[in-house]
Amino acid sequence: MRANAAIRSVSLLGFILLWTVAAWLGGDPTVLPSPADLVKPFLSELSSGMLLYSLGVTVFRVIAAFCLAMSLGIVLGLLMGTNPALDRWLDPWLVVFLNLPALVLIVLCYLWIGLNETAAIAAVTLNKIPNVTTIIREGARALDPDLKAMAQVYRMRRSVYLRHVVLPQLAPFITGAARSGMAVIWKIVLVVEFLGRSNGIGFQIHLYFQLFDVAMVLVYSLSFIGFMLVVEWLLLQPAERRIRAWRLA
Amino acid sequence: MIRVAIKSKFFGKSQILKDVAFMLKPGECVAILGKSGVGKSTLLRLVAGIDMEFEGTVQRPEAMAFVFQEPTLLPWRSALDNLLLVHPDLSEVQARESLRKVGLWDKADQFPGQLSLGQQRRLALARAFAGRPELLILDEPFVSLDEKTAAEMVALTRELMNEVAPATLFVTHEKEEARQLADRTLELAGTPATVVPNVVHPVFHRGEVK
Repeated sequence: MRANAAIRSVSLLGFILLWTVAAWLGGDPTVLPSPADLVKPFLSELSSGMLLYSLGVTVFRVIAAFCLAMSLGIVLGLLMGTNPALDRWLDPWLVVFLNLPALVLIVLCYLWIGLNETAAIAAVTLNKIPNVTTIIREGARALDPDLKAMAQVYRMRRSVYLRHVVLPQLAPFITGAARSGMAVIWKIVLVVEFLGRSNGIGFQIHLYFQLFDVAMVLVYSLSFIGFMLVVEWLLLQPAERRIRAWRLA
Repeated sequence: MIRVAIKSKFFGKSQILKDVAFMLKPGECVAILGKSGVGKSTLLRLVAGIDMEFEGTVQRPEAMAFVFQEPTLLPWRSALDNLLLVHPDLSEVQARESLRKVGLWDKADQFPGQLSLGQQRRLALARAFAGRPELLILDEPFVSLDEKTAAEMVALTRELMNEVAPATLFVTHEKEEARQLADRTLELAGTPATVVPNVVHPVFHRGEVK
């Protein structure tokens, strides 16, 4: 575990070093500022409160869309994976939505629902649901028929069956969907903010893009990447380890 | 009383079972014999209600237990939870007592993957008897165990059967196992399989072998 953390830090340091060298070779801070050039704008945005405010707004949208997409996707995937008739009916829809570009969905949501929070979160959620559904459906198709028969004979309650028999079998698929989901969702949230919101990281990036302020664009995007890395290391990975504990015992 | 009256069972176009009818008195143990692939497991699944697609009727009690060929445990839950989740009415003390009866007293907190196959089989047995079933179905529960472990399992099963006294239906290839556990046998043969009439088998009495 400790070795892992060390490798991670060294790898990240290497990246920053590479960046510094590139900035030094480029020699133009307005095109590619070095990491050191970002410290001052970072601190000023932090002390003005704008960075934390934008971060908070974006994180809220990410969490809302993530929870909606995961719960709806899990239910749909479970239904489609265990019910071949329903699967045949819904599969073409899934293919349509899987291949619909994120941008199209975002624009349509804004046009139909309006330039508001509901449209923003709906657009992100709709973008992610097909993905989660596809992954969970694979898991649901692979559910152990013997355990199902066992639960049936012993008349296990439906809630107990779902929680203790189905959920553990789906766990690897759910964590897989959650991790790829997190990564995709926050990128789409930024696009949604870029196109039609007046706050959040995406909006700030839009603002500084119009001012051609590369340093500020980097400050905002890197802050959010940093935040997501912390979530990944402190929340997602430990959760996954806990769920996998029985495999390692 | 458990009444089984199966007219026919098909898988696709091929008929597996034809006119299989018998009764089980409370506490009676019947061994089902027959070549492998004849449809014994299918019959058990119909009796248990796992497979409902057949023509005929089965009268079965509420409290049932099934010991499958594989232990069919929840690998992500401890041995104790494997009993408690399946039987929510069981107290923890009772569950631990069930584990003690099959010699797994000290394994309560282990995951099934940490147990040997013999121990997993015993856990499956504990799970079956913990609910005090009126109907117990065993589908070759002792296969792929070494001779000594299998003999221990048979003895343990007989002990638990005497204590709980369920009506028992079980499939085996071993005549000796049948002799030790069953009151009578039922032989399946033919395609589609049906009960072989008037086969003279030695009369078994599990009392005698004690």
